[in-house]
Amino acid sequence: MQNLWLIPALPFLGFLINGILGKKLPKMVINAVAVGSVVLSFLLVLNIWSSGGDLAANPIHQHYFTWIQSGEINIGWDYAVDKLTLIMLMVVTGIGSLIHVYATGYMAHEEGYYRFFAYLNLFMFFMLNLVLGGNYLLLFVGWEGVGLCSYLLIGFYFVKKSASTAGNKAFIVNRIGDFGFSLAMFLIVVNFGTLDFTKVFAAAPGKSTETLTAIALLLLLGATGKSAQIPLYVWLPDAMEGPTPVSALIHAATMVTAGVYMCTRSAVIFTHAPIAMDTVAIVGLATAVFAATIGLTQYDIKKVFAYSTVSQLGYMFLGVGVGAFSAGVWHLVTHAFFKALLFLGAGSVIHACHHEQDMRHMGGLRKYTPVTMAVLACASLAIAGVPGTSGFFSKDAILTAAYGHAPWMFWVGVVTAGMTAFYVWRAFWMTFWGEYRGHGHPHESPWSMLAPLVVLAFLSIAGGFLFNVPKILEGMFPAAEEVPGESMLMGISIAAGLAGIAISYYMYVVNPKLPQRISDGLGGIYRLVYDKYRIDELYDATVVNPVITGSRSLLWKVMDQGVIDGAVNGVGSEAQLAGGWLKMLQSGNIRSYATWVVLGAVCLLILIGVAEGVTR
Amino acid sequence: MAEAMQSINLQAGVPISWYLVLSAVLFSLGVAGFLFRKSIITVFMCIELMLNAVNLSFVAFANQHKQVSGHIFTFFVMVVAAAEAAVGLAIILTVFKNRETLNIDEINSLKN
Amino acid sequence: MNLLDLVIALPALGFVLALLMPRTQENAIKMLALGVSLATFVLSLGLVNGFQSGQTGQQFVTDNIWIASPEIHWHVGIDGLSLWLVILSTFLTPIAILLSWKAIHDRAKEFFAFVLLLEFGLVGVFAAWDLFLFYVFWEVVLVPMYFLIGIWGHDRRIYAAVKFFLYTMAGSVLMLAGIIFIYLRVGTFDYVQILAAISSGHAMLTHTEETLLFLAFFLAFAIKVPLFPLHTWLPDAHVEAPTAGSVMLASVMLKMGTYGLVRFCLPMFPTAARENASWIVALAIIGIVYGGLVALVQPNMKKLVAYSSVSHLGFVVLGIFSFTQIGLDGAVYQMLNHGISTGALFLLVGFLYERRHSLAIADFGGVATVAPWLSIMFLVTTLASIGLPTLNNFVGEFMVLQGSAQANFSWTVFASLGVIISACYMLWMYQRVFFGETNEEVKHHVPDLSLREWACVIPLVVMMVWMGMYSQSFLPVVSEANAKILDQSKMNVPLRVAAPRMTEHAPPDLSRPPVTAAAAGGRADAR
Repeated sequence: MQNLWLIPALPFLGFLINGILGKKLPKMVINAVAVGSVVLSFLLVLNIWSSGGDLAANPIHQHYFTWIQSGEINIGWDYAVDKLTLIMLMVVTGIGSLIHVYATGYMAHEEGYYRFFAYLNLFMFFMLNLVLGGNYLLLFVGWEGVGLCSYLLIGFYFVKKSASTAGNKAFIVNRIGDFGFSLAMFLIVVNFGTLDFTKVFAAAPGKSTETLTAIALLLLLGATGKSAQIPLYVWLPDAMEGPTPVSALIHAATMVTAGVYMCTRSAVIFTHAPIAMDTVAIVGLATAVFAATIGLTQYDIKKVFAYSTVSQLGYMFLGVGVGAFSAGVWHLVTHAFFKALLFLGAGSVIHACHHEQDMRHMGGLRKYTPVTMAVLACASLAIAGVPGTSGFFSKDAILTAAYGHAPWMFWVGVVTAGMTAFYVWRAFWMTFWGEYRGHGHPHESPWSMLAPLVVLAFLSIAGGFLFNVPKILEGMFPAAEEVPGESMLMGISIAAGLAGIAISYYMYVVNPKLPQRISDGLGGIYRLVYDKYRIDELYDATVVNPVITGSRSLLWKVMDQGVIDGAVNGVGSEAQLAGGWLKMLQSGNIRSYATWVVLGAVCLLILIGVAEGVTR
Repeated sequence: MAEAMQSINLQAGVPISWYLVLSAVLFSLGVAGFLFRKSIITVFMCIELMLNAVNLSFVAFANQHKQVSGHIFTFFVMVVAAAEAAVGLAIILTVFKNRETLNIDEINSLKN
Repeated sequence: MNLLDLVIALPALGFVLALLMPRTQENAIKMLALGVSLATFVLSLGLVNGFQSGQTGQQFVTDNIWIASPEIHWHVGIDGLSLWLVILSTFLTPIAILLSWKAIHDRAKEFFAFVLLLEFGLVGVFAAWDLFLFYVFWEVVLVPMYFLIGIWGHDRRIYAAVKFFLYTMAGSVLMLAGIIFIYLRVGTFDYVQILAAISSGHAMLTHTEETLLFLAFFLAFAIKVPLFPLHTWLPDAHVEAPTAGSVMLASVMLKMGTYGLVRFCLPMFPTAARENASWIVALAIIGIVYGGLVALVQPNMKKLVAYSSVSHLGFVVLGIFSFTQIGLDGAVYQMLNHGISTGALFLLVGFLYERRHSLAIADFGGVATVAPWLSIMFLVTTLASIGLPTLNNFVGEFMVLQGSAQANFSWTVFASLGVIISACYMLWMYQRVFFGETNEEVKHHVPDLSLREWACVIPLVVMMVWMGMYSQSFLPVVSEANAKILDQSKMNVPLRVAAPRMTEHAPPDLSRPPVTAAAAGGRADAR
């Protein structure tokens, strides 16, 4: 019997120790606590991996305590592990450990060292909750919790306004997604009476398609928030304000894939809602293309990779949407390897160039940082889908499935693959080839940073063989249909990737004047793409500003202070006015009161007299 | 006992309305005095006059209805009036000591 | 004299003692107030300990005649609904006293005496089972709060205090009229007997009468909640009140309104409550969204938190009028949650005010650099307030929204918008106050938390985590009480039609014997 609760509890303990005592602890201890707790979790996961037995037949399910109980509804704090969870656990703890090690080097000279690791451990806790949770609400706990850590870590340099603003943006945009997710949960409870995965999925096939479609679409809204898909992707590029290890861990490898995990987890619901499936595929595909085009034009190395992440996440959703759930998860895993590596490598580059992020001020780094160059080359090969690398397998699996679903999706996907190869390699050439254009002397990073990079480089290349996800997950999802002409499709996608690399080589190494000419030639269109299609400005103009000005001028000033308070104060002043008149009666002179009494008595007498007269 | 009642009844040759008219006249005099006189003492005496006018009608009605409650009320009123006179006169004395006037229109410092 | 009587009486005793002490002994008065309130809290924990779940109905009952004619009883008791609200009051009073330790110099004697009087009234309100007694306590609460705002408040305190007083009086007078009407009809002020009379049909309320009575009670409670559009006293009262006043006002006093809705409006007037639910829910949802949007643009921290209260209390009303078990449970739980987290917010804003002597958000910035622990505590509270899972508000909001989803899914859609907005206004404020460059004023005047302040904050933060992680410590007894209330609030129109109609001029005495018989039965199983 495995004690599943230990897996998230260890990082949480690390969070408590570092968070509360960290200020007084020496760095060594902080490192030991932060890294140690995550590595221990990783070992626990490995233990399950190696000795878990037949998870497909007997998933582990552990109930700890009742969390919310009211009437018929009972939500427990349950952890469950099946094969999907296990893969996620491996990715989260494995890559998490590597990135923790990396961060000890990268953050070595930063203020608030302990705070950083406390947040990072807290993130691990919530992320593990997310994947371990045995019901939707527990998944949601992790879901919101990682959002919180993302907020804290993006705003890690909180003195900088842009950082804290980016943190806010991430949290609030995610909240919009969570709005959808929570509505989906409410619908699930209304229709199923429970949030437990096993019970919901067992009952799902019997429910009406409309219900399931509604639930699935709302879940998708949640996923678009967390996984940065159209229309809620806007927070992710800004999230690059955070330290680079954070970008690698949270905003590339783990947290942003939570949406994919959630959709895959809910596969039963999605497969019974064809409209929702199509929506997922289209959203994914659109995001993939859209973000890839933006990626073509960016100069900030982290922004390039950020849009690349958005685009690759789109791929995963495409996989899920066309029914190839295991392919989607496969891409999730390989993407975690090579994208974490890309970000960490970028971090190493940024470190080397004294915190310069603009690629126009880099170049020629292959002489100074050979190890970094080598590992980044591995990652770039993988993301371009060069045969034999990890990215090749997963991407090919998704594209093949897409062809089986609708050929046009395949073609759009192939074009995107070409663009992906182009912009990643463009970044590669701009960084490592040519002459150094920056200031100071670039230097290679310490081994605490490079060692995780090497491990990840190995995984980026060989990860496809090592983790044959469709094989592991066999039987969990409906099998993808056989697609005719598979090898030809594979050839096309390989060709697209290689073409992308070749074009970028031509444009940025052979003929470096060319990109400028092209961008000049495109003029306005180029500006539009360079400005990220001005989507942020569009959202500001259509949503943010109207809400704020409307709330201020209409709701607060007019409605609250004008109408409601006006009415209240109006009643008050009317009463005062009336009181002012009545005050005349109350002179304070007893004899005037007595006069009123006498007058009243006289009136009464007259009235009685009149009444007598009438009755008589 | 019955004979005694009889004798009282014989005396009741005076109709009740006479008593009431007298009471009303006394009462009106009291009211008028209360309203129009300036001196506190006079006002005070007018109040007593009103009370006694009421007493008169109480007794008259008690006699009419052959019930003692009217008498009892009268006693109460007299006791209260006596107490009131004691306190009232004391207050008037103090006021006069402090203000050297008994003009009711000048003693208004509690107002406002 | 049982434990509950003691819990009610002790603050009153403390109030009298504090008044008797000489004005110069400021420290002794503070110690007395703190001691009394702590003792009350410890005693009230005995209520939790002795409370037996599984028994619906009141416990710790005392029922003595207080005024012989009209017959008004000192009838106090608690059930699962009032238990935690009583605890909330006794829990927050020591904190309110402790946090005013340094802030109040002027007329300290009266201040601490009034806080104790406030506690007396609050505990009494939640414990009273006699309608007249309830009304008395309801008004008792008003007095100290009026003075707390009016004497120790900020610049516009008189305006705020008068507004607060008049608003509340306007509602409670209607409630008094309703109580008297019921008395004339049923012949008793006793809640249990009235309930029995109404549910058995002996009260013979016509449909119109029931609706009017419902509205009379509802208005009193809605003003207290406050429900949109009756909320404008709240921001003024909060901004002008001293910190302790704000804490008690937000944490406990607002709950008097929602408590009243659950305790009286639902079971006593079930048909009217259900018939009127739709527009009440509409107002609640408008309040949720409207309060959030207005909070978004407030330049003043206390006003922001005040409007956020309007939004949060909208959730409570929504839960109550969803007429589902989980919605009602969530509403009650949310009352407690809001008490803890908004109380903590006002407390921390008060700390900031003590340091910087300003409530304007624009006067702050970069506090996180100079006062990290204060910032962390504020952050935890902020997160609790915006409903982060594992902290308390999430559980309540989830249950309320789940309940409303079961009643009508479109309500949930609109109400959930409030959850998004809450993140916007709280985080935006947090950013502007705590993040960014530290300005000179902040750098020199904002030290981190002192020991006394820690003592105020820690219990609240512990409660946030506890209530967020292990709601089972609190919810079961609440559920039991709510199940009973829901059962009583079933529409029993057929029963009422079947009850024998009497003519308009029938003396009320005729209806009494069956009432008391039924009531005796009701009370028997209540014990």
